[in-house]
Amino acid sequence: MKTLDVLLGEIELFHELDPKHIEFLAGCASNVIFQAGELVIKEGAPAKHFFIIRHGTVSVDIHDPRRGYLRLLTVSENEVLGWSWMFPPYRSRFDARAQSLVRAVALDGACIRQKCEDDQVFGYHFYKLFSRVLIHRLEAARMQMANVYG
Amino acid sequence: MRTTPFRLKRVIKETFDTFTVELESTNGHTLSFEPGQFNMLYIFGVGEIPISISGDPFSPEILHHTTRVVGTVTKAMRRLTAGETIGVRGPFGSSWSVEAARGYDVVLVAGGIGLAPLRPVLYHVLMRREEYGKIVLLYGTRSPDDILFRKELEQWRARFDLDVHVTVDYGDEKWHGNVGVVTKLIPKAPFDPLHTMAMVCGPEVMMRFSAAELLKRGVPADNIHVSMERNMKCAVGLCGHCQFSSYFVCKDGPVFRYSQIQQPLAQWEV
Repeated sequence: MKTLDVLLGEIELFHELDPKHIEFLAGCASNVIFQAGELVIKEGAPAKHFFIIRHGTVSVDIHDPRRGYLRLLTVSENEVLGWSWMFPPYRSRFDARAQSLVRAVALDGACIRQKCEDDQVFGYHFYKLFSRVLIHRLEAARMQMANVYG
Repeated sequence: MRTTPFRLKRVIKETFDTFTVELESTNGHTLSFEPGQFNMLYIFGVGEIPISISGDPFSPEILHHTTRVVGTVTKAMRRLTAGETIGVRGPFGSSWSVEAARGYDVVLVAGGIGLAPLRPVLYHVLMRREEYGKIVLLYGTRSPDDILFRKELEQWRARFDLDVHVTVDYGDEKWHGNVGVVTKLIPKAPFDPLHTMAMVCGPEVMMRFSAAELLKRGVPADNIHVSMERNMKCAVGLCGHCQFSSYFVCKDGPVFRYSQIQQPLAQWEV
């Protein structure tokens, strides 16, 4: 069975991280499984974790009382789910629901924040990697808004 | 080239604003075409417009054209009933590089109604499946209701020798597929970038961003092809309506190598 540091080392996002930092991250990580239909993140709930999806798909939804659930985004293998853990008030902004069986690595937000404070070189690298995720999401959201299919 | 009368067999409603006309010759005359080419369709007394051929190049006796209802001619076309006549002039323009793609992985990136001009490529490569490497279709639309050729997409998805990925900009709770723009599918799609022939069709913005993702993935610009759309009138490069930089889209296109048009595509005034 693969250990968490091996699993994390295989994730594309962390390829540029030093092995000792991966080991560092593994101390905040755990394996999680969600069944299809299960809520992974609840809007308004404390954002304790973020997830790296290893298998399956999670949808990011927003509930509109008139139109029901609107699917804003899907996140699948090797992608990151959740960033509300990064900044106060550490509460989730959207719902996220497993669309299939989902296997993921959950990373404890408070634990990572503390490690970033304790080792600011690691913190700088980690936030830099995460900024890349945020930029990709922002670009994708802009494209969705632009209605590129005419 | 003279207009030939074709009989309308049926009008197939694809989505709320798109439809396909199925045409057959009135005199046994077949109209062979290459994937990516277009015909000028003439509704008598209304007007003539260019529409890509969306049918099977191996069955040219029946012509398929898929379009969105956008103007007077397409509105009139949608109202036609079986047995009525449409004038056909063509085929015109350049085609997708299906021959040059032999031995390569083939990646089709379609946005919205851009799937229609790529459907003949799929028919072609699936008919000659053994001549190609991996075949990948990445298709993006606004919503699940905008998906073209839904039944065929389901059949293609069920095949073991074809990778089909569909994504929508906005889904509802009944939608369990991908949500996000089509460019997001490119980094994960299973193909070998250095041995890939990519064909991209959709609105210009979508093609530009898709080409950028394909380049980022390592597909050479010469192996990326895009299908341009401009206001085509004469279809033979005389009237100048469809001029795009130093090209006439009707004659030099609509299919171009991305390396040919990468620069003018980035200039909004061209």
